[in-house]
Order: sequence, then C-alpha cells, then structure tokens
Amino acid sequence: MQIYLPIAELPVNIFLILFMGIAVGFISGMFGIGGGFLMTPLLIFVGIAPAVAVATVASHIAASSFSGVTSYWRRRALDLALAMMLLAGGILGTLAGVWLFSVLRRIGQLDLTIALSYVVLLGAVGGLMITESARAIFRARSGRPAVVRRPGSHIWIHGLPFKLRFKQSRIYVSVIPVWAIGFFIGFVGAIMGIGGGFLLVPALIYLMRVPTNVVVGTSMVLTLVTMASATVMHAVSNHQVDAVLALILMVGGVIGAQFGARAGQRIRAEQLRLLLGILVMMVGLRFAYNIVVQPDDLFSVRVIGEL
Amino acid sequence: MIRALAVGLAFAMGLAAWPAGAQRLVTSLSTHRVQITANFTGAELVLFGSVERDAATVARPGSYDIVITVSGPRQTVVTFRKARVLGIWMNTDSRTFINAPSYLAVLANRPIAAIADADTLRRLQTGLEQTLLPQEVGGDIADVVPGDPFRQAFLRLKVERGLYREQVNAVTFLTPALFRTAIPLPDNVPTGAYEVDIKLFADGAMLARQTTALEIVKAGFEQFVADAARDYGFAYGLAAAMMAILTGWLASVAFRKD
Repeated sequence: MQIYLPIAELPVNIFLILFMGIAVGFISGMFGIGGGFLMTPLLIFVGIAPAVAVATVASHIAASSFSGVTSYWRRRALDLALAMMLLAGGILGTLAGVWLFSVLRRIGQLDLTIALSYVVLLGAVGGLMITESARAIFRARSGRPAVVRRPGSHIWIHGLPFKLRFKQSRIYVSVIPVWAIGFFIGFVGAIMGIGGGFLLVPALIYLMRVPTNVVVGTSMVLTLVTMASATVMHAVSNHQVDAVLALILMVGGVIGAQFGARAGQRIRAEQLRLLLGILVMMVGLRFAYNIVVQPDDLFSVRVIGEL
Repeated sequence: MIRALAVGLAFAMGLAAWPAGAQRLVTSLSTHRVQITANFTGAELVLFGSVERDAATVARPGSYDIVITVSGPRQTVVTFRKARVLGIWMNTDSRTFINAPSYLAVLANRPIAAIADADTLRRLQTGLEQTLLPQEVGGDIADVVPGDPFRQAFLRLKVERGLYREQVNAVTFLTPALFRTAIPLPDNVPTGAYEVDIKLFADGAMLARQTTALEIVKAGFEQFVADAARDYGFAYGLAAAMMAILTGWLASVAFRKD
C-alpha cells in the first residue's frame, strides 16, 4: 500500500516503512539504544532526502526513548540530576548542530559530513566495542576472572574543578566533562540524525564511572530531551520533519523495541556488546565504502530556492 | 537581471504573435488542477487539440507538426560535481542554475530536429537541448554552450528522475487536424503552477501557438501537513515532539508487565 509523504514529497510503501521501524526497534530494544544510526541510513537508502531523514528520525528516537524512560523511571534506575547536567550541554550542542546542519546543506557538504561522521564515530566505537567484548568473552572462556576496574581509580578528568555530587550514581565529579559530553552528544546527534546512546553509554561508564544499572536510563533521558528539541529545531530552521513518516516509524519502533528488549535479556552482556560492536562497525564500513569508491554518478543536483 | 528577463520575455511573446495568422489552435486539457492526496502515485493528463483553418487559407501540402512543452514552477538548482580529494569523493565544483523549470516535458509527433531547423528551435526554446538554463557566473547570469558538462549532467539527472522528458512520438494525430497527447506526471512531481505551451509547425515554420495553465496542489491532509510545516514551523515541531511522547507513552502503557 503506497502512501504519499507530504514533506519528503514522494510515495512510499507503508508496510516497508513499518517493517523498518519494527526491525530497528527490535535492535534498539535489544541493545538499549535509540537506533538512529541504523534508521537514518535506511531512510536515505529508500530514497528519502538526507535532510528529511535526519530531521524525521529525531522524532522517532524521541518516541522510543520516552517509552524506555518510563520503564527505567518506574524502577528508579536513572540519575535525574546527572541527566539534567548532561542536558545543559546537550541543548547547546543540539542548537549548534542544527545550525551547522543548515550551513552544510547550503554549501552542499551535508552528505559528505554525515558520511564522514558515520565512518569516524561508528568505526571507532565499533572497533572499541568489538575488542573489549572479545577480550571479555576470551577471558570467560579461559576461566580467568575479569579484571574489574575499581570504582575509585582516578584519571585526569577527576582533577577538574566545579565538582558536584550525584547521589543516584554515587559519583563526585566536575561538571565540565559532564557538560562537554552532553554538548558533543547533542551536536553530533543533530547532524547525524542519531540519539547518541551508543556513544553516551560507554562515555558515562568509562569516563565518568557511572554505575551500569543507572547508565542506560540516564542516557535515555538525555536522548529523549535532545531528540525532542532537535525535532522542534529542525522543524523551525529546515522545515524538514515529515510527521506522516515519523508516525509510521514510531509505531513500528515502539512495537519492535518491546520484543527486542525481551530477546536481549536472553543473551549474555559481553556477547550483546560484541554483536552491537559488529553492527556499528558494519554501518561505519558501509559509509566508508561509499565515499572511498568512485560513485556511479559524479554529479548531483539540489534545489536551493523556489520561485 | 529581472529587466533582462523581462525584455527576453517580451521579445519571445512578440515572436509568438507574429506568425499567427490563418491557423488557429483550439485545445482542451482533461483537468487544470491536479490534486495530490495520500494515495497519489502519479497521474496522466490528456490534452486534445484541433487546428482550425479559416476559409481563405489554402490547405498546405505538408502535414502539421505539434510540439507541446509543459513546464513546472521555476527553481534555483545547484549542480555539484564530485572529485577525489585525499582519497575521498566530495563535491568540489558546482554551478547554480537560475529559474530552471522543476518539471519539463517536451511532447512532439516526430523528432524535434525534423520539425524545424536548429535556429528556429533555439529561438523558440523547443526541445530539452534548446531550453535556456541560465547559470549564475560570478554575480552575472548567462547561458552556457549546450555541451557544458554541468548543463548536460543537470538534464540527465532530471531525466533519470522522470522530471524532464522529451518524447518524440507522444502526440498522435487522430485526423489531419485533430491531435491528442498524454502528459505524464510522475509520483515525485513538484507542486505549483505549470504552463502548457502548444506550438503548431508546418514546413519548418511556427504557424500558431497557444498556452494554457495547469496547477498541481497538495490536497486534504497532505496539504494541511505541508502548510503547517512551512508556515508554522515551531508549532509543527512541538506537535511532532508531542506525538513522539504520546506514542512512546502509549507503548509503555500497552506493553506494561507489572
């Protein structure tokens, strides 16, 4: 069944989009991530303009993360104070990202920037996750106990001033790295059309020493607010949010996420991280292939003004 | 720039008026308003026309030729060219086309080159190759040679998307004076005001010309969403964000286990 998308200005198969929503939702529920890094490329692949894809996926991620936040909130498994501090940076980062998005769109370098960001970030994060989880699996196989990082171990970040105590996370850290992380996640999220959960979760665990039981819920609060505000900002500055497309994606996404979450509970944590690492790496490599191999068509056209 | 365009337009209209004499075109379009609704997957309009000849005009030995040009709302379009920089393919060069039609269909009854000589076709902007595509060159507006790679690439990409086309067998003569054609509108057709320009040729000269208008609009819900996104960006964005939160909340309620 075809449905005409009012902003993307082309008809799409409603079941294809719904299926994409369910599939990405399944993965996002399984790994506790938003899934934007999969959804945005998929939408571009089916012919939706990158600008519309990025802006629309923001609202889709907002929906799936709200559903996640409510369930973590019921279990009190999130640190609201830490989330608010991350948000202070996140909102500024989103504003900067949406601004840069408009500029890049105007000068014709948006597609390349999106592709390069995917290659660098996904390649790096995917690579780290694969090596880290492979080591953990290898250790478990050989029967040696895992090397536990003691919560008290300090790195240079803990020497920074303006320290705050976050009770829920039981950490005492400077707000500067918290703001910086929030800013970075908001910034790349707005440009790449991703929530940034797959970046934020490792950053909070390894840099901030946030306990793993509150980290996913806290990350989802940040994702929810940055993506909801990115939706509004993209709507104001680029007019590229397609509400019809967003609704189909959301409905598919929240259904898929529920089944994904159940499937995820049956897999061991380090195996789950390895799978996610491979997935992230593959998406990054796909983008690398696109910009390194000579394209079929060297030319492209973009409408910059209507009369 | 605007004055130059206006002068050009007046010149073109003067030319159009000049050869009109004994032949007259009467045309009818199946609809003047195409509505894009949620189930829009493209459309086809039918245009009928007849060549009327007054009693004093002698019948021409050769048959008539018809060229119909349908052009969509004008746009400013940038054509980018990629080149390899440090091992990465990126847009390095671009040309800006001013007032390029977003949609352009040239429909004729036989190859356009056979209908009139190259000069006439170029003067009347008949055929894709002959259409003026002014570029912005350092603040100035100029058309370029037909072989310009950016112009060629622009035409090719538009043809690939189904937005530009030149069909040389699209006009059918039902009788020597009665013709019909189908105007194909693809599913990605731009909305706005269209112009349908019908030219009558015989023996390489234009005898008559007629224009009619066509409008393609989003209708119903599609129109409501598109208007809201364009005119009330902030409220639209808020509504989209609220919709996200509501969907997420409904899901968490529906799938709640405890």
